[in-house]
Amino acid sequence: MMTATAYEAVIGLEIHAQLRTRTKMFCACELSFGDEPNVHTCPVCLAHPGALPVTNAEAVRLAVIAGHALGCEIATHSTFHRKNYFYPDLPKAYQISQFDEPICGPGRFRFLTPDGEKELGITRAHLEEDAAKLIHVGGDGRRAGAEQSIVDFNRGGTPLLEIVTEPELSDPADASAFLRQLRLTLVQLGITDGNMEEGSLRCDANISIRPVGETTLGTKTELKNMNSFTFIERGITAEIARQTAIVAGGGAVTQETLHYDPTTGEIHSLRSKEEAHDYRYFPEPDLVALAPDPAWVADLKAGLPELPVDRRRRWVADLGLTDEDAEVLAETRELGDYFERVAAVAPPKSAANWVRGELRAQLREHDQEPWQSHVTPERLAEIIAMVEAREVSMPNAKAVLADVIADGGDPRAIVEAKGLGAMNDEGELEALVDKLIAENAAQVEQLRAGKDKVIGFFVGQAMKATQGRADPGRVGELLRQKVLG
Amino acid sequence: MTGRPVDLTATAQVEALRAGEISALELVDAHLGRCEDDRWSSFLAVDAERARARAREIDAMDERPPLAGIPVGIKDALSTRDLVTTAGSRMLEGFRPVYTATCVRALEDAGAIVVGKTNMDEFAMGSSTENSAYGPTLNPWDTTRVPGGSSGGSAACVAARQVPWSLGSDTGGSIRQPAALCGIVGVKPTYGAVSRYGLIAFASSLDQVGPFARTVADAALMLSVIVGKDPHDSTSLEWPEPIAVPTAERLDGVRIGVVEELFGEGTEPGVRDAVRAALATAEGLGAELVPVTLPHAHHGLAAYYLIAPAECSANLARFDGIRYGHSAADAGDLLEHYERTRAEGFGPEVKRRIMLGTFALASGYYDAYYAQAQKVRTKIVQDFAAAFADVDLVASPTSPTVAFGLGERVADPLAMYLSDTCTIPISLAGLPSVSIPCGLSDGLPVGLQLAGPAFAENRVLSAAHALEQAIGFDTLPPGLDA
Repeated sequence: MMTATAYEAVIGLEIHAQLRTRTKMFCACELSFGDEPNVHTCPVCLAHPGALPVTNAEAVRLAVIAGHALGCEIATHSTFHRKNYFYPDLPKAYQISQFDEPICGPGRFRFLTPDGEKELGITRAHLEEDAAKLIHVGGDGRRAGAEQSIVDFNRGGTPLLEIVTEPELSDPADASAFLRQLRLTLVQLGITDGNMEEGSLRCDANISIRPVGETTLGTKTELKNMNSFTFIERGITAEIARQTAIVAGGGAVTQETLHYDPTTGEIHSLRSKEEAHDYRYFPEPDLVALAPDPAWVADLKAGLPELPVDRRRRWVADLGLTDEDAEVLAETRELGDYFERVAAVAPPKSAANWVRGELRAQLREHDQEPWQSHVTPERLAEIIAMVEAREVSMPNAKAVLADVIADGGDPRAIVEAKGLGAMNDEGELEALVDKLIAENAAQVEQLRAGKDKVIGFFVGQAMKATQGRADPGRVGELLRQKVLG
Repeated sequence: MTGRPVDLTATAQVEALRAGEISALELVDAHLGRCEDDRWSSFLAVDAERARARAREIDAMDERPPLAGIPVGIKDALSTRDLVTTAGSRMLEGFRPVYTATCVRALEDAGAIVVGKTNMDEFAMGSSTENSAYGPTLNPWDTTRVPGGSSGGSAACVAARQVPWSLGSDTGGSIRQPAALCGIVGVKPTYGAVSRYGLIAFASSLDQVGPFARTVADAALMLSVIVGKDPHDSTSLEWPEPIAVPTAERLDGVRIGVVEELFGEGTEPGVRDAVRAALATAEGLGAELVPVTLPHAHHGLAAYYLIAPAECSANLARFDGIRYGHSAADAGDLLEHYERTRAEGFGPEVKRRIMLGTFALASGYYDAYYAQAQKVRTKIVQDFAAAFADVDLVASPTSPTVAFGLGERVADPLAMYLSDTCTIPISLAGLPSVSIPCGLSDGLPVGLQLAGPAFAENRVLSAAHALEQAIGFDTLPPGLDA
């Protein structure tokens, strides 16, 4: 009896990240997005006769920092190569890239998935320049069918870091989780703005399938230029399904470059192996080799802040945060830093709840971020402390927070000035409950009949009568005691 | 001042101007007359109006820069803002650059006046200037012969006294060989000595800008202005010491290595005799002649004709008719646009080298050709290092032959390539070298090539000067005294 063969996918990723430098990779033109076409150009990035490239030192610095974050070995000798092909968006008709001596060598990068922490091998990361932007006029915006194509050279020469992973992934969801973590890390380190819609971060995936247990790799295809995490995951999933159908049907996968159309979910071929370019790589004679000073490289490594993945792990392990809390708080470097300052002076779990929840919700109304607001970590910690000590009720604590956001000031002083302190005198509270029982006979009857919901009504009345100073929990308790015995 | 201004060396012109014996305008006018009556087709463009305007400005100055008012010719491979720059190619017909090459700017900042752009083999590929898309330059010593190349126009204009000096570029001999064939001095500095920013690239790892002049002192003076690190050229070098104008008269204690391999087959007897005589003169000045061997030099030509075409195949890829330069009309699609633009814009020698280089870099051939050629290059570098462990300078003929007839080698590229057998090994090693006229063979000038270790410009120029003084070569071509 024949049994269906089970296949597993092998996925490797190539990520292009535009570096956040002030100027282009090999000339002094400013980097910009959305300016008038062709205003940020010069003889170098337009490849005028006789113009020469000069390597952007800041791009090298960012590449080394990225290399450290990716756990890569940093080269002591790194060269540029010319990658030759003709296309109107490539004015020199070669791209200055790196070939056999990239700035960052092998590394490993840890990332978090719903199944826990995983690791992916990094093959290399190298510096290169971006092409210009082609705009196809007429037709549907693609090259085929366009009436004419025009070139905007503003983007041409933007520094790129190309990160290549080992083909070690098999689950499209892991590919997407890796990319999310990678993007977060690069953005937090200031290496790229990571804006996928604007193309600051782009991803290609190399995909093949093989029978489970097989160790040799199948024929791979390359899925080009996907610009959202969702599309990447969907595109890879679709391509695995396509390949599996081919192989299961007795066919063979052809090596080719593919495009995934996120609107239709279709995959179509861009070019086959036979049409592939011979890039005729050779060492770029216009540039000298990079020879990063080992002391400088070590300094950059020492200065590397804690990576988001490590931060999240530490918060969960040491501070008792949930994975979800940690993920949200690690989203930006600034938010994480703010949370840590609060957690240093308040119980971490409460700090996480307040920062994630009430604080961000209230600040959103004011279009402010916590670290830019009047709510210093110390002020927030004081509010948390008063709540935890039952010195102020939760509703009043939120009101105090609103006051701090609006005008600043010491939370405890606000509570005192406005008389918002919790009503902790048991006798006073009992008298209030007795009064409410006396005044609301109908509701008392309902409570006796088992309608527990009416407790909410009594609590509301109690809060109203005390301007929120009563402890809602205690009011409920007293009510039950008195009515139900 | 006695005699014609155009017969003065640049150094003498500087003095005459400083002494008030002549104005910058008079000096420029005297030269412009000869540039505009260009019997040798040295120039592709002469900018008389701008040269005169600049001369007037200089005449009005109280404080003048060191080379104020001295006319200079610029090889058309060098980018000059607003002044048509074609590199001798149809591809760049009428092209007006938006920027000026660093070395040209250095000369202009020093007060020199650019009178025009000189003819050259298309994109500096050639040894006779016959590959210019705008017709050949004629040798002022014999107008039926070539001036050499690729900087033939820059050599001819100095020999014909249209300017006292000029800038050229040398990739495998393109300054030294035409200097030899035109009976003047040409200097190819250490690779990296002069910024290449604005030099239209032929082979980036070999290209170097340098001066032509009628005396070694003039060449040294010009080099002193253009040498040094340029932030726009990563391969340019911090220069360890100023280039000095040479004054040495003796060569006592100088060990000159005579490179036997470069006197070999193909060297004309008249050339060999003149060079041997010059070396005897050197001995008379106190130099010691030592035979040296460069065991891999004979592979130089083959290595050069892989490395240089490989680099040029990429360097010239930018001429695609999209942003500037020649653009094919009515191409049906992108591929046809590229094919027709380049088929129409480039001449046959350029196409030959682009194809050679593309092939040498192709997947599957790279190791056998380009990589192998780089290994040979390393061997040649080591040969020179070994030689300079023992000697101060090496000497050889600059060109195996004197100026050959127009059209003589056009149909035989290999014969043309052999013109550079003596200069190519030095280019591959990136070393400084100078060609000085050392005598005549059948009435035509013969060049002696001297080379030294990297950065030894002062040593090379000093020895060249001492020899030049002793040889007393008359740089005035016959029939040109009118």
